[in-house]
Amino acid sequence: MTEPRKAVALISGGLDSLLAARVMQEQGIHVEGINFFTGFCVEGHTHAIRKKDSAKPKRNNALWVAEQLGIKLHIVDIIDEYKDVVINPKHGYGANLNPCLDCKIFMVQKAKEWIEANGFDFIITGEVIGQRPKSQRKDTMPVIAIESGAEDRLLRPLCAKNLPPTLPELEGWIDREKLYDFAGRSRKPQMALASKFGFEEYAQPAGGCCFLTDAKYSQKLADLWKARGTRKYEFDDIMLLKVGRHIRPRPNFKLIIGREDGENKFLEGYRKQFTHLFTTSHNGPLVLLDGEASEEDLQLAAEVTARFSQGRSADQVDVEIHPLNADARTLSVKPIGGSAIPAGWYL
Amino acid sequence: MSHYELDVRRMLCPLPVIRSQDRVEQLQPGDTLAVTCSDPGAKHDIPAWCRVNGHEMLSIEEQQDEIIIKIRVGDTD
Repeated sequence: MTEPRKAVALISGGLDSLLAARVMQEQGIHVEGINFFTGFCVEGHTHAIRKKDSAKPKRNNALWVAEQLGIKLHIVDIIDEYKDVVINPKHGYGANLNPCLDCKIFMVQKAKEWIEANGFDFIITGEVIGQRPKSQRKDTMPVIAIESGAEDRLLRPLCAKNLPPTLPELEGWIDREKLYDFAGRSRKPQMALASKFGFEEYAQPAGGCCFLTDAKYSQKLADLWKARGTRKYEFDDIMLLKVGRHIRPRPNFKLIIGREDGENKFLEGYRKQFTHLFTTSHNGPLVLLDGEASEEDLQLAAEVTARFSQGRSADQVDVEIHPLNADARTLSVKPIGGSAIPAGWYL
Repeated sequence: MSHYELDVRRMLCPLPVIRSQDRVEQLQPGDTLAVTCSDPGAKHDIPAWCRVNGHEMLSIEEQQDEIIIKIRVGDTD
């Protein structure tokens, strides 16, 4: 008996990739999943940080999908390599700092490297023509195939009938007639197919899985680049953009203020890397100071820290300051008034 | 059969899973790995990763803010 042909499926954890992989399994293809971790994935992190979200299920949707399909899942850390995609997207950004088309090309390219290293035959994705305005259009489908280098080894089972035949179809590894012709933004065909396969529960359909599609997050990333005068980031930077209230009182520094216990605890892990402040006379948040601060700036940072403590209405609040390269000291300050914080300080 | 340890404290999911996966790839079937985590999400994700990839979950131990997850490497080829 001949070995089945092998495909790797890009598994996001959403419905489309679940269905695309199942369509291939139905045709006797051995499927394994691959999931990429960019650092901007919404899943997991935020729930893990915020205490108020601790009751929410912490299921990793990509692993859950793999379990439903009975396939192996390979999770690949692409944090460092992905920086170039975010910083220099050849095809530009979407509505925010989301480089969706470059992102898809990059992931398919990584999948191509993976199939070559692991003896697999082709790549499948859950893409549907017209599903997403930036990256899933009829004219972008060939761009992804060509620029990733995957070319005709890239198959989209859910909309394959609307596209030229790929190698698995031409070689007869799979039957083109049993593929689909989904198009457009409607989710109904996917839901009907999910029902046919007996999938009753699945993660919310396409979108919302990447922080770069979020306007507020993108604004904070753009601010970080502007303040540093360079479009670069480290993993800790993009993690911290997900946490706390970000306030920039001066161009040379910003404050990251924990909003609740879970965030304060998370920020504690960064105390050795940042000047930080907290109130000692009243309960209050842990505040990280990102940037260079003068004495005057530290005074202002202390007043803002006091403002977000339980002593916000007190005449005087004690704030302990731990500068990065100097001894800790305590300042007694009057909390800055709410109206003295301009809306423009909030990122 | 050997026993190994991995410290992924302060990492948030899915990093504890990724680091466990990368370590397991270097081990032999039957070896055991104890992963020390601080993200409670790992309690769900590492067992799910084991089920999906054919490894055996041996135990989950919680000590204050730390979670120690012990797994046995499966023969997955």
